[in-house]
This record gives sequence, C-alpha cells and structure tokens, in this order.
Amino acid sequence: MSDKQRVSRRQFLNYTLTGVGGFMAAGMLAPMVRFAIDPVLKPSAAGDFQSVASVDEITNEPQRFEWIVEQVDGWYESEVQKTAWVYRTEDDEIVALSPICTHLGCTVDWASQEEYPDQFYCPCHAGRYTKDGVNVPGTPPTAPLPLFDHKVEEGMLYLGQAQDR
Amino acid sequence: MLQKIYDWVDERVDITPLWRDIADHEVPEHVNPAHHFSAFVYCFGGLTFFVTVIQILSGMFLTMYYVPDIENAWESVYYLQREVAYGQIVRGMHHWGASLVIVMLFLHTLRVFFQGAYKKPRELNWIVGVLLFFVMLGLGFTGYLLPWDNKAYFATQVGLEIAAATPIIGDSIRSLLAGDPTIVGAQTLTRFFAIHVFFLPAALFGLMGAHFVLIRKQGISGPL
Repeated sequence: MSDKQRVSRRQFLNYTLTGVGGFMAAGMLAPMVRFAIDPVLKPSAAGDFQSVASVDEITNEPQRFEWIVEQVDGWYESEVQKTAWVYRTEDDEIVALSPICTHLGCTVDWASQEEYPDQFYCPCHAGRYTKDGVNVPGTPPTAPLPLFDHKVEEGMLYLGQAQDR
Repeated sequence: MLQKIYDWVDERVDITPLWRDIADHEVPEHVNPAHHFSAFVYCFGGLTFFVTVIQILSGMFLTMYYVPDIENAWESVYYLQREVAYGQIVRGMHHWGASLVIVMLFLHTLRVFFQGAYKKPRELNWIVGVLLFFVMLGLGFTGYLLPWDNKAYFATQVGLEIAAATPIIGDSIRSLLAGDPTIVGAQTLTRFFAIHVFFLPAALFGLMGAHFVLIRKQGISGPL
C-alpha cells in the first residue's frame, strides 16, 4: 500500500464512529418510521357489495337510496350511511351515481332547481351534471360523478365501491 | 454537496465553534474506560440520556395511534401493537425503556453518591439530579395508566391512595391528580396523559439542560 492511500488513525476512527453511530440510529429509527408510515402501505380493503334496494323500485327517474356499511377505522368500528342516485336507462341498464360532487365534495341533489329539472345540482357552488352524471361544461365540477359498482341478484340491487371516471 | 451547504451556513453564522466546543472537549483519563476499565461507571449518566432519547422518540411515534380516552385507549393500544407494522417493537421500546431508564438513573446516582461527587461545589447539580429523578418517577407513574388495562387501573388506584395519605392536604392532592375526588376514570386518564406528554417532559428538558450546563461549567469531579 502506498503512503498516499493510507488511512490515518483519525480518519479510521471517524469512519468507524460514523458507521457505528449511523447503524445504531438507523436501528432505532427504522421501526419507528415504518410504524408511522403504515397507513400508506396498508392495502385498501376491497368494498363488499351491499343490498340496497329491490330492482322493482328502480324507475327511469333517479331516486335516492340509502344503505348502511360497516366501517372499520383503525380501532373504531361504526356504521356509516351511504347514498346513491339510482335509475334505469332507456336500454334497461341500471345506473348508480355517487352523490359526492367532484368539485369540492358537497352532496348533489336531483332536479332541485326549477331551471334545471333534468340535472343534478350541487348547492355549494352551483355545479351541475346531466342525468348520466357527466358534469355540465362551464360549471365548477371538472369530472363526472363517480359510478357505483353494481350487480343484481335475486331481484335485489347490490352496490359496491364508487369508481371515479 | 453537504459540505457546501455546511460551508455556506458556517461562513455566515460561524457554527463550527458550537459543536467544536463539545467535540474537542477532552475526556479526563480517570473517566475514560480505555485507560482504566473500572471507569465504565462513568457511562451510566450518558446511558440514562441515551435511553431518554429513545423514550422521547418512541413516545412521539406512539401518540400517532394512541387516544387518551377511556372508551378507546385500550383498543388503540391493542390496535397499534397488533395491527400496525412494527407496533410491537415501538411499544416494546417505550415499555422496556421506561424500566431501563430508572435502572440507569439509579446506577448513575449510586456512582455519584459513593464517589462523593456531589460534594462542594457540585451540590446544586445533585439537587437538579434529584429533581430529574422525581420527574422520571412521575413519568413512569403517569405513563403506567395510559394503556388503561387492569394492571394500569389498579396501580393508579394504589398510587392515588398513597398520595391521599398525605397529612391535611392528601384528599386535595388526590383530586388534583385524578380530576375527581372518588372516580379513577375519564378525567384521570386525560390528566395523566397531559402530564405524561407535556408537563413532565417540559420539566425534564429544562432540568436536563441545567444538569448538562452545570457539569460542563464545573467539570467532572477528580479521581478518587
């Protein structure tokens, strides 16, 4: 080994101390940091389908349906009410729209304004959506209302998670 | 890159002397275990501080999940320990560290006592040390209740009875601690939580600062 590459005693001690110190600090902090960021890394639970209404009740006019889901929030379990606007299209397709406005999260209502009898209306900032949930250009919302996953079994409508589109 | 940032700051506010003062401070021969192995007894103060740092860090992280409420306290502890990644380890660090810090503190006190290191001119630092000991005991007492299990509840019940045995003002002290003259419940838990994470740590930081300033100012006591 040439003299140039020799590590001085001081350097050696510096490296060892930094190394050992860093290792100890990492050993201490790694579990705590992993502990703190756990919510980001937890897989989101896939929503179960819940029975919401009898298919006979669904008309061509959007109707408000409410149902209860079991929500597990860490150590706190509660029943949360969910809402959907459900109607049947001309082609006999069932459409279940989330009432959560895509602008800032208020709740939209069907045909609540006399000027817009065939639109969803959000009272917060006058956002509007057509019957199929598509936002009306020129109003605040920038995306259509989310659609609930749905299935029909034994004459009952089941709704799952609301999907953005 | 880091060097450049450091130089930039140092050029403007001259931070080098701040840490140089600590880094270049010489450890006397009689305190250095490399010279005399028996000098390891001087490590207990530093070890107390090290465990205290672990307690502060793990405690900060635990409050991300813990709730000081009688309905949810136990559930939240159960959740953070069973469901959150490394929860058992982080709570374990805080749980075992709490005992270890008392052990280290005790050994440190014994060393200072049997070496007579508390004598003039260091009497004031001994007093600060005794106050630190009381603060640590307080942290242990208040922290013990927080998981809100049976052991915590009855240990606190006993502790409060001991406080209530104080002549004349005993019952007032008990009410002050428990937040109610008779119940150990909702108000006791929130009080103990506030004392455990705000009041006592604040006292701890102040006293530790004084402890360190004094030892630097007076120097460590000479060899036996």
